[in-house]
Amino acid sequence: MANGFEPKIVGFLCNWCSYTGADLAGTSRIKYATNLRVIRTMCSARIDPTFILKALLEGADGVLICGCHPGDCHYVEGNYKAMRRFPLLKRLLDAYGIENERVQLEWVSASEGRRFAEVVDRMTEQIKALGPCKVRTALDFDMAER
Amino acid sequence: METAKKKLQIALYWGAACGGCDVAVLDTNEFILDVAALADIRLWPIAIDGKYKDVEAMEDGELDLVLFNGAVRNSENEHIAKLLRRKSKVMVAFGSCAHIGGIPGLANQVTKEEILDRAYLNNPSIEPGNRTVPLPESHVEAGSLEIPYVYKRVYKLDDIVPIDYYVPGCPPLPAQIKNVLVAVATGNLPARGSVVGAGHRTVCDDCKRTRNERKIKKFYRPWQIIQQPDTCLLEQGIVCAGSATRSGCGVRCPNSNMPCRGCYGPAPNVKDQGAKIVSAVASIVDSKDPAEIDRILEDIPDIMGYAYRFGLAASMLQRRI
Repeated sequence: MANGFEPKIVGFLCNWCSYTGADLAGTSRIKYATNLRVIRTMCSARIDPTFILKALLEGADGVLICGCHPGDCHYVEGNYKAMRRFPLLKRLLDAYGIENERVQLEWVSASEGRRFAEVVDRMTEQIKALGPCKVRTALDFDMAER
Repeated sequence: METAKKKLQIALYWGAACGGCDVAVLDTNEFILDVAALADIRLWPIAIDGKYKDVEAMEDGELDLVLFNGAVRNSENEHIAKLLRRKSKVMVAFGSCAHIGGIPGLANQVTKEEILDRAYLNNPSIEPGNRTVPLPESHVEAGSLEIPYVYKRVYKLDDIVPIDYYVPGCPPLPAQIKNVLVAVATGNLPARGSVVGAGHRTVCDDCKRTRNERKIKKFYRPWQIIQQPDTCLLEQGIVCAGSATRSGCGVRCPNSNMPCRGCYGPAPNVKDQGAKIVSAVASIVDSKDPAEIDRILEDIPDIMGYAYRFGLAASMLQRRI
């Protein structure tokens, strides 16, 4: 990929664990890639597959979903819903031709600031290697040329 | 012009479609005779004579109503869609294909080249070595012949021309068709851009089957299971699109012991029908173990076919990239 490509990654972080984990990464002054745009949700179960498709449509190069570790959900079962939706969503994305690494699910607890930084760094590198997501340009092309 | 009230001028047309929508119009039975008394049908390729050049000769806006069924798949579909748009006051995207791409929209998973290869070159029913494929232009002794050319993907009608109303369904219910024709005839039309001849809830809201807590250990295709006639199909492990699909069809499929396929398109406020179906179906899997979840979900073949049987061309991402 051309030098200087900085991917835009949208991160959906659950309020109780992952967002607090990201906060900890910040207050601990851990340096990590600045490519993640964080959106806080109350629970990873709130993250409708529609959100992921919309993020990709609006120009995100990747989407990171983070929730509490299984068993630790603030709402007892919410993250299991996220866990169940994810594999089916991935099959849908695969059929759309979206590369596997572009959408990832990670469990990050409130104490895992270090891990959160590592996850973001790793994903940023993976998406840099993939290059920009082509969804938007493909659809613009469709309207310009049949 | 103060003489007898002018008859309604209408046209019906098909783009990339199977003809089922036209048959559904005929399924209004004797009502179609009232239509003929009420209106002049100026173009209806499946049922009556009428030439493109007659349409081209019309004044702009001369047609009171156009019912356009079918998606836009080739240059002829687009040409006629634009022509009819110019000649009509009210243009309706009629049926699932015009509304949301329909079954033809599933072709957006593959390229035009793959389709032509499969249909004309590499297929068990094709004579080996056949190299004949349709070309937009071919030269013969008498001169050059042209046929419409196939586009790279399928478009829903409102990707090509602005549309006044949408009538969903594969095909639309005859009773709903009547309502639409009567609405146009009496001028009693709703807000432009609305979906007419359908409900404003989900198919589940209208479904008579009882719903309990849903926990699925195994998904079934309809023929793999003896189903309980009064219980929610999804609850029995049969993938049903009812929760993400607009009502108004009369719940015909679940009432006939078949799951909803989603032909009425996304329910109001649903932005992406397939994403909602994925969400609804996957979250009821009864497991907390990722490996087991994967195994259970593997029972669902062809997720694109379930999620977007009719709506791929109208989904957020629209096609495979």
